[in-house]
Amino acid sequence: MPKPIQSIERASAILRLLSGRTRRLSLAEVAGELGLPKGTVYGIMRTLLSVGFVEQDPESGKYRIGAALLHLGSSYLDGNELRTRALNWADWLAARTNESVRLGTLHDGQVLLVHHVFRPDNSPQVLEVGALLPMHATAMGKVLLAYHPYLTEELTNGRLPRFTSGTITDPKLLAIELEQVREQGWAASLEELMEGETSFAAPIRDRQGVAVGAIAISGPTERLCDDAQPRVELVSYVREGARTISRDLGAVPW
Amino acid sequence: MNAQYVAAIDQGTSSSRCLVFDLQGRIVSLSQKEHEQIFPRPGWVEHDPREILRNVIEVVHGALDTGGLDVRDLVAVGIANQRETTVVWDPHTGEPVHNAIVWQDTRTDALCRKLGAELGQDRFRDRCGLPLATYFSGPKVSWLLDSAPGLRQRAEEGDLLFGTMDSWLVWNLTGRHVTDVTNASRTMLMNLETLDWDDTLLDAIGVPRAMLPVIRPSSAIYGEAGESLGGVPIAAALGDQQAALFGQTCFSAGEAKCTYGTGSFLLLNTGSRPVLSGHGLLTTVGSKIGDEPATYALEGSIAVTGALVQWFRDKVGLIGSAPEVETLARTVDDNGGIYFVPAFSGLFAPHWRGDARGVIAGLTGYVTKGHLARAVLEATAWQTREVVDAMNADSGIEMTSLKADGGMTANNLLMQFLADVLGVPVVRPNVAETVSLGAAYAAGLAVGFWPDVESLRANWHKAAEWLPNMDQAERERGYRKWKKAVQRTLDWVDDDD
Repeated sequence: MPKPIQSIERASAILRLLSGRTRRLSLAEVAGELGLPKGTVYGIMRTLLSVGFVEQDPESGKYRIGAALLHLGSSYLDGNELRTRALNWADWLAARTNESVRLGTLHDGQVLLVHHVFRPDNSPQVLEVGALLPMHATAMGKVLLAYHPYLTEELTNGRLPRFTSGTITDPKLLAIELEQVREQGWAASLEELMEGETSFAAPIRDRQGVAVGAIAISGPTERLCDDAQPRVELVSYVREGARTISRDLGAVPW
Repeated sequence: MNAQYVAAIDQGTSSSRCLVFDLQGRIVSLSQKEHEQIFPRPGWVEHDPREILRNVIEVVHGALDTGGLDVRDLVAVGIANQRETTVVWDPHTGEPVHNAIVWQDTRTDALCRKLGAELGQDRFRDRCGLPLATYFSGPKVSWLLDSAPGLRQRAEEGDLLFGTMDSWLVWNLTGRHVTDVTNASRTMLMNLETLDWDDTLLDAIGVPRAMLPVIRPSSAIYGEAGESLGGVPIAAALGDQQAALFGQTCFSAGEAKCTYGTGSFLLLNTGSRPVLSGHGLLTTVGSKIGDEPATYALEGSIAVTGALVQWFRDKVGLIGSAPEVETLARTVDDNGGIYFVPAFSGLFAPHWRGDARGVIAGLTGYVTKGHLARAVLEATAWQTREVVDAMNADSGIEMTSLKADGGMTANNLLMQFLADVLGVPVVRPNVAETVSLGAAYAAGLAVGFWPDVESLRANWHKAAEWLPNMDQAERERGYRKWKKAVQRTLDWVDDDD
């Protein structure tokens, strides 16, 4: 296989970065997040502008994803693609943990559920695909926030609504928690969205290492925790599932 | 280390896969490899049997490596295979004399019509449960033996062997020339009552008995694999759709499943007696476990479902991957009035019309690519509806829910639309890989890894459920339009095509 073309890799990284944002980003922000010189980013950005893949706000000079790229079919973060690729391993995770499994992606500052596997006990359950969940109160949301720092800043500029007594509503506390999520590579929501319900999530990464989604198990706290501490073996299953799906995302599509 | 897993080989139409399962029927690891689709002429489809054999051995080792396992960790290997695909080889050299003729291949159309003559396509139905159609192996073998001088004579003298894909693989792995009863039931050469080759059928279709494999149960130790797979017992073979029925644990009469892949196949377990269809369904063997009596099934086979999505991706190019068809379809709210009947190789159940070819009906200037994507998906659901109606009529039992599996169950829009047009809930099991699971179950039963079929039922769990959400009038209007579109596909192929 020929060597990858660096400028195309960089252009792709820029597009992925912009695609995860609800607000426009400045050249400095893009350069800062990707760790690239501003001059390099500027050159690539001009080219992307000329083909319509990014758009620039005439007043602020900030950038966002262009309409031409959206019309290509949104495949770069296609939830349907993610669900298909994750199908076997989401089933696997539900079977291993005996809990329900959900897959989420970023969508307008919320978590969009793109896949849902029932808890494997044949009890009545309702498919939740398509539902939107708050980022700061869910394990999947925290994972996605932890790997998209600019989004955190955006989200915490507003108010963080409270759902339970455990919901983190203080932006400073959330920032500390996200730092920990980045370090440990997974997140928990300990009754932060619903009383009595706990979930654990880990990031699904694509070939470039970008967190394109999160996978989580959810269930009653008494099953997921021992003495209010996450059960280690359940967390490792979630992380193993996420790693396996990530590995498959680097593979050839079926 | 103790052997504690069962491997399933799923030798499919587009790829070969190996999945390793544990005692709870959970997937431990997976490996797959696609093989080349050879299209020598329009309507002809071939595979290279040697490529398939290489891929099968490669994916077994691939799955073991992925799971950090050794072949000694396996108690048995089971095979599920693309059905009807026909291989003829020379046992002295091990070389196929022709590429495998794939089930989708329509080259035997004229031969099937000749065999039917004035008696029609149901001439052999009471013996073998099948209509005369290009789908089945018997006419493919006969065509192949006439394709080059000398072949027929070599076959009569026992110097050529015939097998479906299970047979080709087992012969290469163990040296035994056997087939399982479910695969044999797809050849048009086996008698459904005796479960043995039928001389009347062999004579009429023109296949010498000397080239046929021994028919064995679906679950039985056929032999031990040679060096390539470290001596592991090969302990099951089933046609892929029968394997899926088994993997969905449809062990009792009245239980049904539909597997959504390249084509789609609805099978209903009818118990220990074959039920002949009056509505275009096939009567087939569901499974045979060791010395127990065989279980029969009614089958509705749909030739093109997932294949239509692949065609849309590869030949039309409006999408870059199969799942994107859902994304594109969701850009619109309905089909814009169009219906896509993908009769690419004629129509299978319940019509069995080799003279049909595909149409997109209802085109207007209003239609966009989003509508096309939606019609592509809806085609799978409407074709299922036709088969379910036939199944209800033949069995006299109204289906109250559909167990769905296969790759297309990842498509949420399709699964919801399917529930809508059937008017019953559609459920997906936790292991969508039911084809492989069924082969693993059958192999595990043969070696005592699982004690009995009842112990397998506990492994079945609902992973998702889609409830119907369409009003009756809209459903019936859509179905009416679909049926009109189907009428427009018929009688397209002429004798001089």
